[in-house]
Amino acid sequence: MATAPLIGASAAPADAVAPLRLAGWRRPALRALSIALFLLAWHVATVWDVDFYVRFQNIPSPGDVLAEAITLFSSPSYYVHIAASLERIWLGFAIATVLGIGLGLVIGWFALAEDILLPPIELLRPIPAVAWVPISIMLWPTERSSIVFITTLGAFFPIVLNTIHGVEGIDRQLVRAATSLGAGRAAIFREVALPGALPSIVTGLSVGMGVSWICLISAEMISGQFGVGYFTWVAYGIVKYSQIVVGMLTIGVLGMLSSLVIRLLGARFMPWLPRRDKAGT
Amino acid sequence: MTSPVDAGAATGRIEITGLGVGFGRNGRRVEAVRGLTLMTTPGEFVALLGPSGCGKTTVLNTVAGFVQPTAGRVTVDGETITEPSADRGMVFQQHSLFPWKTVLANVEFGLKMRGIGSVERTAQARRYLGLVGLAGFERAYPGELSGGMQQRVGIARVLVNRPRVMLMDEPFGALDAQTRLAMQELLLGVWREVRTTVLFVTHDVDEAIFLADRVAVMTARPGRIRDLMPVKLPRPRPAEVIATAEFMALKARVLAQVREESGRAWTAPWP
Repeated sequence: MATAPLIGASAAPADAVAPLRLAGWRRPALRALSIALFLLAWHVATVWDVDFYVRFQNIPSPGDVLAEAITLFSSPSYYVHIAASLERIWLGFAIATVLGIGLGLVIGWFALAEDILLPPIELLRPIPAVAWVPISIMLWPTERSSIVFITTLGAFFPIVLNTIHGVEGIDRQLVRAATSLGAGRAAIFREVALPGALPSIVTGLSVGMGVSWICLISAEMISGQFGVGYFTWVAYGIVKYSQIVVGMLTIGVLGMLSSLVIRLLGARFMPWLPRRDKAGT
Repeated sequence: MTSPVDAGAATGRIEITGLGVGFGRNGRRVEAVRGLTLMTTPGEFVALLGPSGCGKTTVLNTVAGFVQPTAGRVTVDGETITEPSADRGMVFQQHSLFPWKTVLANVEFGLKMRGIGSVERTAQARRYLGLVGLAGFERAYPGELSGGMQQRVGIARVLVNRPRVMLMDEPFGALDAQTRLAMQELLLGVWREVRTTVLFVTHDVDEAIFLADRVAVMTARPGRIRDLMPVKLPRPRPAEVIATAEFMALKARVLAQVREESGRAWTAPWP
């Protein structure tokens, strides 16, 4: 809506079909109000112990959660859990990125590699990474390595498949243009296939990051001794319900920040793409 | 430009003899071109004109080396064409710039492929960008340019390689009428500076006559050359030339032929 005429009295027919939107400060204000109303509904439901098929008796109120969060923020053990999760995500995601992009490029570029390498990938792909937990515990010597394995697995499939898709989807005309400018096969790979596949690869990384968080938290809940997932699950076991919600929110914030990092890196490496955020959401 | 005219002058003789190109197999075989013969002299501007689907682009793709002939021979300066080369650069109809490269990097591409150092590369690319009137747009990305500006980059990107032949596949076909006219004049201006053989595919009769030394009218599919008409209009040609009696007379002749072939193209599937 960057071009929407807010300037003045001139009747703007183009705007007649645009969705109704508020100008200036009113928009963020409305959005803040929306969150406030959500918090209020949560507060009311917990304070009144609403029991209408869903039961709020044991659910902590926003105030409880806030108090708990403040306590936790000054407790070192909270950060130990965060550090453990971040280390696993970072390791798993890094391995998945290297393997996924590497294999994806090879499979996308060489038809023979596709026939040799793709079938097992396609075979294993439909299995949710969480279903690998028991096998993973048996397969890997330490709890840390088995959780990293699950995290890697979750991120690997979206990354490898999107990379293949990106390489195979390169514009034939651009390849022709490159050859008629003197490019050989290696140059076409470097100058056309790789940058051409980049948007798809970044999509893969972005999806992969989301999936690997899901996998990490599930794996930590099932088999961990550290980590935000473990922390959240244990809070349930030891009846510290406020901690559950703090754990959930922590997971949400960490996941959001990770996606943000991917998005920023993507924009950094693809300066030719138009910036969507300029127009304001 | 320090004398840019010399290199292209003696090279760029295209010889197409008995060219046949077919696609598909057995039952579904389509013959795009059959028995096409066409020669150009070095530095000549030849327009290939014909109804849609007559195989104009196929001829161009064969000279480029994108498509292999099923019959006949295509040579440039006596060398049989086996694969694409920077000697035979192609300007496509649209969307053929590398979106991830800046305007400058797009024009530098061919020089980079030849292993020319970056300082020299940049200097040359800048010169050719200036020639097509795009000085100051070096750092823009193709997506930020208008269609006409993108085509000018496409032309600079080919010419910077000093090709023997520049192949142009309806390069202005996607532009609005105003821009198309300006681009035609610009192309003639550039071509005067950087002389190379041009094979220019179009279905626009005015465009063909305004630009070319000779207009080759193709038949309906399978295409061959129906008539080869020299355009005797003096150069440089101002835009007003299209209003002269000479132009009109030639246009009437060409149009009659094109119309006849278009009619044939329409009736061909139901003989």
